[in-house]
Amino acid sequence: MKILVCISNVPDTTSKINFTEGDTKFDTNGIQFVINPNDEFGLTRAMWFKEKQGAAVHVVTVGGAQTEPTIRKALAIGADEAIRVNAEPTDGFFVAKQLAEVVKNGGYDLVIAGRESIDYNGGMVPGMLATLLDMNFVNTCIGLEIDGNNATAMREIDGGKEKIGTTLPLVIGGQKGLVQESDLRIPNMRGIMMARQKALNVVEPVDAPQPTQDQKFEKPAPKGAVKLVDADNVGELVSLLHNEAKVI
Amino acid sequence: MSVLVYTESLKGKFKKNAFEVASYAHKVAQDLGTSVTAVTFNTNDDASLGNYGVSKVLKIADNKLDTFNAKAYADALAQAAQTEGAKVIILSSSADSKFLAPILTTKLNAGYVPNVVSAPDSTSPFVVKRTAFSNKGFAHTEISADIKVIGLSNNAFGVVENGGSASVESFTPSLSDGDFAVKSMEVDRVVGKATIADADIVVSGGRGLKGPENWGMIEELADVLGAATACSKPVSDLGWRPHGEHVGQTGKPVASNLYIAIGISGAIQHLAGVSASKTKVVINNDPEAPFFKAADYGIVGDAFEVVPKLIEKLKEFKAQNA
Ligand SMILES: Cc1cc2nc3c(=O)[nH]c(=O)nc-3n(C[C@H](O)[C@H](O)[C@H](O)COP(=O)(O)OP(=O)(O)OC[C@H]3O[C@@H](n4cnc5c(N)ncnc54)[C@H](O)[C@@H]3O)c2cc1C
Ligand SMILES: Nc1ncnc2c1ncn2[C@@H]1O[C@H](COP(=O)(O)O)[C@@H](O)[C@H]1O
Repeated sequence: MKILVCISNVPDTTSKINFTEGDTKFDTNGIQFVINPNDEFGLTRAMWFKEKQGAAVHVVTVGGAQTEPTIRKALAIGADEAIRVNAEPTDGFFVAKQLAEVVKNGGYDLVIAGRESIDYNGGMVPGMLATLLDMNFVNTCIGLEIDGNNATAMREIDGGKEKIGTTLPLVIGGQKGLVQESDLRIPNMRGIMMARQKALNVVEPVDAPQPTQDQKFEKPAPKGAVKLVDADNVGELVSLLHNEAKVI
Repeated sequence: MSVLVYTESLKGKFKKNAFEVASYAHKVAQDLGTSVTAVTFNTNDDASLGNYGVSKVLKIADNKLDTFNAKAYADALAQAAQTEGAKVIILSSSADSKFLAPILTTKLNAGYVPNVVSAPDSTSPFVVKRTAFSNKGFAHTEISADIKVIGLSNNAFGVVENGGSASVESFTPSLSDGDFAVKSMEVDRVVGKATIADADIVVSGGRGLKGPENWGMIEELADVLGAATACSKPVSDLGWRPHGEHVGQTGKPVASNLYIAIGISGAIQHLAGVSASKTKVVINNDPEAPFFKAADYGIVGDAFEVVPKLIEKLKEFKAQNA
């Protein structure tokens, strides 16, 4: 089985967000970039398939040269090879088109992507990729087993979960649950050394349209001060929620 | 040319978000000088959508579609959009809508923007405001493709009744076996309880509650309020609560009208996922807990004393206002 894990390079979850150039660009100044958390769960599940079922695991990112430390980290965790499509990922459909090209050329059976990137929260690349390639697709995937050509997946739904049966080739949009938090791996010295020997192939993008454009960003309005209610006067909270906030 | 909406339902009954997307679509249709067409799947009371601004219902009745199937539903919606010549399609932010929207968008060569929080800034060019960076910011995004697909955030626009009426036509999409290559084998859904996605009120507990045995009062508080229960990430990682209750940047987003955080410190990753809620209440015994900076109302106190009192006061309030 040949697996491709799609990795988006995102600001660390503790990042404070700022914008520059008249609020038209995200300010990367002082930002630490990491593997998108949803992709880290997927990558770890892919390592399981590698170790238990002999799968080959490649990783791919669409991004500029500045994303290489993130993709190297995926190699240090244990992926066999990496591909970087040399383009700025400004639109989800554009990214899906690039990834579709990589999947076609590489003949992958399983593509593991994340439910969403935690920066732009698009939640669209995996579904678009699956549709472009006419591959089966399961989103918000919290469990995945592969047996020959058959796949059994768990999907998170609103208020519960759903068991799904399908076949390869398959694309998933994964998240926590694919593996547990405690299964995530921190690259060790040996992994980091080995990653230096592994191939990181840079390919140029194909032409693709960009149906959406972010024109301007803004930050939420600053919050007013909290209204404190005395712990001995809980009834006041009830009346504030009823009369002032009008939420009960 | 009309504005098309996907109206979600469960066991034949519309969900609240169906009325919200219809209300939003009505506003967009007014801006564009057109009307709203809804697509329904195996629902009973289709004409009731008229009250929320829908003029026409394309009613699909097909047993194969009793259980949600993203590809088949997307295919049906794409065919409805083509029949209607729809240029704008509105969906919700439910797990199902987010599953099918990218499929639908790609089938129609459209442009998709999720997490939209208000009526379009303008319709020519077509620009919408959405959350980005896990609620730490907003983006104004132009959709330049001919067909626009919009995912509306929960509780962002509200439900608007206008006393209108809708005509109902049956619609039979042509579906192939390929549409059902991803099969639902078993659905395990909590019934009779509000879910984080749909609930108006969410009651959430953190590590300050010390252990799973103390969740009785959280559930009781949620019961009194008709709320859904949620938790911080460490609480689900420790196995005190199911993963489906984990909210925050890496868990489920919360956009309820009221969010009550009990024994939760207010780490940036937690706040990012819940800050879209309209009113936030924090109960924490540490006055320095960061959540107090993000909340509207707060009580500094021991949850084990405050929560039982709050339950009691809410019961009194409910008795008086019944
Ligand atoms: C990559 C990454 C992603 C993350 N994503 C998320 C996410 O999506 N969601 C999330 O929630 N977290 C997330 N986190 C974790 C986050 O950083 C915090 O560790 C977490 O939110 C803390 O949970 P907590 O507030 O329940 O626990 P704590 O930080 O331990 O806080 C417990 C609080 O309870 C209070 N308390 C104690 N006793 C009482 C009492 N008797 N009465 C009242 N209050 C009491 C304390 O004062 C304290 O403020 C993420 C972290 C990382 C690194
Ligand atoms: N630039 C990118 N390069 C590679 N994979 C990506 C990229 N952007 C998004 N993805 C994948 O698609 C998933 C969903 O991303 P998004 O649609 O951007 O929210 C991510 O979790 C990744 O697995």
